[in-house]
Amino acid sequence: MVEVTLKVNGKSVTKSVKGNTLMTEFLRDELRLTGTHVGCDTSQCGACVIHVNGEAVKGCTMFAAEADGAEVATIEGMASPDGTLSVIQQAFQDHHGLQCGFCTPGMVMSAAALLKDNPKPTEAEVRDYLEGNLCRCTGYHNIVKAIMAASGQDVSSIAAE
Amino acid sequence: MPKDHGIGASPKRREDVRFLTGAGNYTDDINVYGQAYVHFLRSDVAHGKITKIDTSAAADMPGVVRIFTGADFEGVGSIPCGWQVTDLHGEPMKEPAHPVLAQGKVRHVGDPIAAIVADSLEEARNAAEAIELDIEELPAVVDMKAALADGSALVHDDLGDNLCYEWGFVEDNRAAVDEAIKNAAHVTTLELRNNRLVANPMEPRVALGEYSRANDHSTLHTTSQNPHVIRLLMGAFVLGIPEHKLTVIAPDVGGGFGTKIFHYAEEAFVTFASKACNRPVKWTASRSEAFMSDAHGRDHVTKIELALDADNNFTALRCDTYANMGAYLSTFASSVPTWLHGTLLAGNYKTPLVYTNVKAVFTNTVPVDAYRGAGRPEATFQIERVVDKAARELGVDPIALRRQNFISEFPYATPVAVEYDTGDYVATMDKLEEIADLSGFAARRAESEKNGKLRGLGVNCYIEACGIAPSNLVGQLGARAGLYDAATVRVNATGSISVMVGAHSHGQGHETAFPQVVAEMLGIDESMVEIVHGDTSKVPFGMGTYGSRSLAVCGSAMVRATEKIINKAKKIAAHLMEASDADIELKDGQFSVAGTDKSVAWGDVTLAAYVPHNYPLEDIEPGLEETAFYDPANFTYPSGAYACEVELDPDTGKVTIERFSAADDFGNVVNPMIVEGQVHGGIGQGVGQALLENAAYDENGQLLSASYMDYAMPRADDLPFYTVDHSCQTPCTHNPLGVKGCGEAGAIGSPPSVINAVIDAMQSGGFKVDHMDMPASPGRVWAAMHG
Repeated sequence: MVEVTLKVNGKSVTKSVKGNTLMTEFLRDELRLTGTHVGCDTSQCGACVIHVNGEAVKGCTMFAAEADGAEVATIEGMASPDGTLSVIQQAFQDHHGLQCGFCTPGMVMSAAALLKDNPKPTEAEVRDYLEGNLCRCTGYHNIVKAIMAASGQDVSSIAAE
Repeated sequence: MPKDHGIGASPKRREDVRFLTGAGNYTDDINVYGQAYVHFLRSDVAHGKITKIDTSAAADMPGVVRIFTGADFEGVGSIPCGWQVTDLHGEPMKEPAHPVLAQGKVRHVGDPIAAIVADSLEEARNAAEAIELDIEELPAVVDMKAALADGSALVHDDLGDNLCYEWGFVEDNRAAVDEAIKNAAHVTTLELRNNRLVANPMEPRVALGEYSRANDHSTLHTTSQNPHVIRLLMGAFVLGIPEHKLTVIAPDVGGGFGTKIFHYAEEAFVTFASKACNRPVKWTASRSEAFMSDAHGRDHVTKIELALDADNNFTALRCDTYANMGAYLSTFASSVPTWLHGTLLAGNYKTPLVYTNVKAVFTNTVPVDAYRGAGRPEATFQIERVVDKAARELGVDPIALRRQNFISEFPYATPVAVEYDTGDYVATMDKLEEIADLSGFAARRAESEKNGKLRGLGVNCYIEACGIAPSNLVGQLGARAGLYDAATVRVNATGSISVMVGAHSHGQGHETAFPQVVAEMLGIDESMVEIVHGDTSKVPFGMGTYGSRSLAVCGSAMVRATEKIINKAKKIAAHLMEASDADIELKDGQFSVAGTDKSVAWGDVTLAAYVPHNYPLEDIEPGLEETAFYDPANFTYPSGAYACEVELDPDTGKVTIERFSAADDFGNVVNPMIVEGQVHGGIGQGVGQALLENAAYDENGQLLSASYMDYAMPRADDLPFYTVDHSCQTPCTHNPLGVKGCGEAGAIGSPPSVINAVIDAMQSGGFKVDHMDMPASPGRVWAAMHG
């Protein structure tokens, strides 16, 4: 067992974990932060994307023990404490960028990382950035649209509601 | 000005807030005190005899609670098939046993052999390694035609051969169809494979069984599209648990696409084991397990012939299909290539004679069942590919050939037993030509060619049958259940409403769209209406969500129940205003007496129903709650026309979707935003089938595509923005909302236009290719072009 101390969504956490505990397991099973989802076992689907020290990371690709001293953000920390959705979350709702919701936490976390580095991405840049996030419901149309809208771009010329 | 509430408006989805904040409650998010975990030891060979299974060493491993094998399930029921197809000789299909855990033989890679229940998943996995297992490998049955040849190995020894059934439809037309083909001015023939797919909802399947000794009650939490169906199948046929002792809960479910309809062995296992171990037992599929245990989709091998007269009128169509059932009959497997496929083979055309022959074949592969569209994509792909090929052979415009043969009068009885109630195929094609800017194609092709690329345009139509279905009809066709749905409208004392519905929402937005209907009927705010679904202890009954049936069938039940509410509420209002029932009008949440200024509010009436101090107790009961079961009079028939434009790099074979347009007729639309989202998602899956996806087996029955490393899922950069339109609306004539269903259209309508476009692109470059099977991935396209 390894003792880790990290900040998760701004809150300090110290836990004893097994060396082989994945970050996704730590968040879901130890901290009960079940918004981070597991959709595959080959680090392909992106449902588990979180932020570690400000960078988008697939939670299934790191051990909890590696996060000692890190600042971790998950989907649960994205809205304001009063429940107001972040700009990106609100854009996903406004533009119907989610259906079953399972890939959504990873999509939102990836989108946030993208917009931090590239505040006005083109459609091609959004699609390219989402290469590591699978969605089976939306055909990506409204996800791409929502992310472009969240970046402040006018998406009214993109087809559909 | 679009409406801002009620039917036809697009309010933001209320369920989104929990999904966007990580507050969703998916089955794997549920953990109960004392739960154990199960790991399934699965077959790594396609076909074999279990000669030894010794669990004694494994049972002593740390954390192991109990290890189960097939022997523990002797006397437990077989996992049932819900549809009995009658073959062309009038005999019932062959139905092999489907044990929860393999008994004696394994029949596909992934077939569960043993189940290790332990305190932790890690301990369960470790113990699995210690099970001593010997399997004598047998020749694998993989290819369907070889499976039917004399001397083939048998998937099920007791059946005598690998043929589940041979079905002919309409058998009485067979000779006339053959004759018409023989005498035709032109016959276009096409042999194709509809590639095997894996549905791949992003949430893998999960099942959590809980048994309460206190009241001898079992609860199953499961990732299901239809919890009541699971309760019925598992309770009545597998485990022998009566409904009042069994609760099935499907909470938030992360996508289904058909593969979460079926009753699976793992659900029965955790329910059984939680009682046997007196501990909750949880199973969470890994994605690799999903690939080898979720029912697959499609996998038809077909020869189709289209006969035309000298004026290019379609005179007959014949289809011969081999349909892969996999190793066992999944819940609705037998219905997919028959009643969900053969009845759609008229397509949008007035072809007077149609015959289809289907051989359903057992193989040593994962069971195959309904996947988004289920039978209808296979029918559409064949028809729309053969029509396109015919147009090319005859040198006529593919759209003109379609238009010439469109059904134009409704209702229309097809030669394959169904009656289309409404439609307007000319209107959707006109709309498509407009939104796809077909007149600008030549210029876009010239531009592509300037850049060294080929550009192709593909168009197709589709018709589908949704809203399954009239129970008396499907009963005659072999369904072992009714296919109505149910809703209870519970009005609370202060006027808020809970609507318990048998449909299940796993992405479709029922929690937002269904209240739009109830609120509009009552003239109250949508926020006063909440939808309850997914729990057999809360919802009276229901057949669930599949076949684009939720709004058409369950929504109709909800309308009927709401009408009963209105009728009763009017009686209460009449009493309160000392007027006659017949004079009461309901508008904007106010009951008024016609021709007077007297009125009472919705809340006054609901309060009176629960606090009946001034109430017609001698005439009606207190309370305001009504249930309706709705059984449809017919299927619904959404239809449309789709266009795809591709660019093809002749050097690499890479196909890029440049434009995709869809003009659909879904009848009336309750929430346009959700409808369009459904079409987008369907197109994404259809393009995935056409360009990327393929569940591949080798000749030994090894599944080669068992992870996202090997199975090509469509990603954001594989797909464009789509142009979709649903303004052509011919309302369904037989349900109260006039709705047809929109969930599967995109997946049904898109693959043929993609392949038609790829063929068009290749031919424009002088390549003499008139067909290629899906997926049109770069290597396969290049090979098709260069022989």
